[in-house]
Amino acid sequence: MIPKSGNRFSDKIMLGTMTARQRISRGYGMKKILASLALLGLVAAGIGATGTGASAQEEAHNEAAPTHFPIDEPKEMDWSFAGPFGTYDKAQLQRGLKVYKEVCSACHSMNLVAFRTLEGLGYSDAQIKTLAAEYTIHDGPNDAGDMFDRPGKPSDHFPPPFPNEEAAAAANGGAAPPDMSLLAKARGVERGFPRFVFDIFTQYAQGGPDYIHSLLTGYDQQPPAGMVIPEGTHYNPYFLSGVSLKMPKPLSDGQVTYDDGAPQTVDQYSRDVSAFLMWAAEPHLEDRKKTGFRVLVFLLLFGALVYLTKRKVWAGVAH
Amino acid sequence: MSEGHSTYTPKTGIGRWFDSRMPLPRLVYDSFIAYPVPRNLNYAWTFGGILALMLAAQILTGIVLAMHYAADSTLAFDSVEKIMRDVNSGWLLRYLHSNGASFFFVAVYIHIFRGLYYGSYKAPRELLWILGCIIYLLMMATGFMGYVLPWGQMSFWGATVITGFFTAIPLVGDWIQQLLLGGFAVDNPTLNRFFALHYLLPFMIAGVVVLHIWALHVVGQNNPTGIEVKSKTDTLAFTPYATIKDGFGMIVFLFVFAYFVFYLPNYLGHPDNYTVANPLKTPAHIVPEWYFLPFYAILRAITFNIGPINSKLGGVLCMFGAIVMLFLVPWLDTSKVRSAVYRPWYKLFFWLFMADAILLGWLGSQPAEGSYVFMAQMATLFYFAFFLVALPVLGLIETPRRLPNSITEAVLEKNKGRGGHPAGATAAPETKG
Amino acid sequence: MSATDTQDPNRRDFLYVATGMAAVVGAGAVAWPFIDQMRPDASTLALASVEVDVSSLTPGMSLVVKWRGKPVVVRNRTEQEMKDGEAVNLAELKDPIARNANLPADAPATDANRTTPGKEAWMVMVQVCTHLGCIPLGQEGDFGGWFCPCHGSVYDTAGRIRKGPAPENMAVPVFQFISDTKIRIG
Repeated sequence: MIPKSGNRFSDKIMLGTMTARQRISRGYGMKKILASLALLGLVAAGIGATGTGASAQEEAHNEAAPTHFPIDEPKEMDWSFAGPFGTYDKAQLQRGLKVYKEVCSACHSMNLVAFRTLEGLGYSDAQIKTLAAEYTIHDGPNDAGDMFDRPGKPSDHFPPPFPNEEAAAAANGGAAPPDMSLLAKARGVERGFPRFVFDIFTQYAQGGPDYIHSLLTGYDQQPPAGMVIPEGTHYNPYFLSGVSLKMPKPLSDGQVTYDDGAPQTVDQYSRDVSAFLMWAAEPHLEDRKKTGFRVLVFLLLFGALVYLTKRKVWAGVAH
Repeated sequence: MSEGHSTYTPKTGIGRWFDSRMPLPRLVYDSFIAYPVPRNLNYAWTFGGILALMLAAQILTGIVLAMHYAADSTLAFDSVEKIMRDVNSGWLLRYLHSNGASFFFVAVYIHIFRGLYYGSYKAPRELLWILGCIIYLLMMATGFMGYVLPWGQMSFWGATVITGFFTAIPLVGDWIQQLLLGGFAVDNPTLNRFFALHYLLPFMIAGVVVLHIWALHVVGQNNPTGIEVKSKTDTLAFTPYATIKDGFGMIVFLFVFAYFVFYLPNYLGHPDNYTVANPLKTPAHIVPEWYFLPFYAILRAITFNIGPINSKLGGVLCMFGAIVMLFLVPWLDTSKVRSAVYRPWYKLFFWLFMADAILLGWLGSQPAEGSYVFMAQMATLFYFAFFLVALPVLGLIETPRRLPNSITEAVLEKNKGRGGHPAGATAAPETKG
Repeated sequence: MSATDTQDPNRRDFLYVATGMAAVVGAGAVAWPFIDQMRPDASTLALASVEVDVSSLTPGMSLVVKWRGKPVVVRNRTEQEMKDGEAVNLAELKDPIARNANLPADAPATDANRTTPGKEAWMVMVQVCTHLGCIPLGQEGDFGGWFCPCHGSVYDTAGRIRKGPAPENMAVPVFQFISDTKIRIG
């Protein structure tokens, strides 16, 4: 009923022609609740569901000229950080960091993440120092008033690959690669009715990593016959805002060497880097869920006590 | 109700000293301990207390967030992320505040619909109702300006669209918009003043809440029967009866709130707001926060000119008109009976109206095209028809069910039906401490 | 409420007490994040060390660097200053403790204990008056050390309080010479 559709506000890499009709926002939680309630309410009110949904304007579906993006929905993966007791898989995050360092960081900045926070990946202080020192940080001015380069310190953030957004855009065909610090929270595909209702109970909050994984593994497919792929772009049925994007397929099998025996495949790389990006976007996720469990248990017990007290107070009082 | 004399008698010397100089303890005692409430209030009446709790929580979390936030267009987004990443417990406080806004509105909507259902706006509670509507307006302004502060894409473009309403006003519209923005577009001056006002307005809300409670304590609470309190057996003391019931309501509400804060903190938000504001790129589909969606749908439903009023001005007028309707409710409803419990037709229309409001909310989240526009127009029509036709007409033609003679009678009837408490319980003194 | 009163009063009291205690625990737990957020955040704590090049300092010269938002003076003391510092009888000192973060908390305030072994000429010290936080002026006052213009505290050449309202010697931060010409503070 609700079209699955690309609505992601386009980065400059957004391509393809879209009408507003197709660019429906996704992930906008409460509207989903409202939608379900609206449907229920309508039925209850006897208006009936006929002619109310988007089905009224079903459009002729043409494979070569799709109107809804992404063409394919992201695949739902099993993430270690999903659910009420989710935790990050530190080995996976370390592999993801490796993929980011060796591949993504050539174009994508990660401005909000400091080296010191990598302890969340299970690194020791000494390891973080070594890792930070591998980077060159542009600093200054010094006493002579000059800018200078120095090795990174744990308190530094990941240095960007380009000095500014204009340079990034110029080096990438006019489209600046988005910063990756928050990517896993800034991307997500419309879930559609009734899944968004179930999402409340299943605590589905992995739309970002699911999307990133699907996009990274979605490059090898052939566009349907007759589909026009703009020059300099790459077909990907999982892309949120069009049929193709400017980023070429970034990963290939065996490209990054893993030390822990994990398979060196595009699929594994994609999972790892997606998990890593989720950590980068939400470093306190484990803490949040742990605290949440304690809070809910406390509220449950406290609520029971207050309820019993309430019953006692009201006992024998007609109301 | 404050008809009687205060029953407060200070027990200690200090209490008497205080009471004769500034009777604050007496005020608290009379307002929150001895204050008589109808004995038949159901859990829908706990939302007043829940709202007070949410206001306090929002002000507290807001103040501590302001200790870390930088209201500058170059720093705002990063300062929010610093709160999320580096500040101790910062992620918790920020998620409490952002989800708290949503749950504040959840509570206020339940509170408003409860008032509509039980006729809590009818004489002598018109002023109480209007003060509530003013609080709701202030909440909307506060919520809107708060959403701008993180300076994400939705912040920026939401601010652009909403301040664009004012350009619909003939002649002075552009001047007013520039006055609000402090420039030709949303920019640093806008962010600064929105922050200042976002900090100020909650305290104004708190002030109006005091008036709201004052007015309430003058006229007393409505109740599910809609019958006025007639004797002491109709009421119970606020403490412990209402306090403990409110307390339980709050905990249940907080449970749902906490579930979202800790497990789905971004469910009610929009992913685009995790991308920093960019004045040169508009998101594909701008939607306001969920609690504005019904009004947003009404705004967009007016796609045609009405005489000299063009569609843009018409949309803005209808949207503000939709809120004005709430202010007029006490005089639009002609019924002599308050509660929908005894008004079968009004009850039906109430639920239809609720469904209509939810439908409008859903339509507000959908693109304004094709059949959605027509549906939004029909839903808008029904929205106004409910206030302007159903409320006045139903009161004249509807035959209400037989009303009980008093709250006590209604309670006894109900309890008899389910073989409940002994009749002697009604003799319980209201001031049992 | 007579119906309630006939029930076992102990059970009722227990319920009320338990509920009240749970409310107190809950209120305490809620209060903590509001207090916690005031502490220095992770990025502030991470900026806890600076490196200073002191190769240009000949005896009698000082430089000041900012460390944790406060000035830290690095002074290459003259022979005379060192002699003055060593000549002090510890019993005369207002604060007999070294206040050197590199030493045990009860180390006596000898001149050597105010510096680091092998580099006794070098004073590295948070140049903040221990009275109320003003910044003392260097090489002034009766003892040839530091003098705080705010309320008249006088420090000697080893930064020890000698006169005035300040209670303690100026603090020596954690530092070390990572080479002959480089000091890491913090």
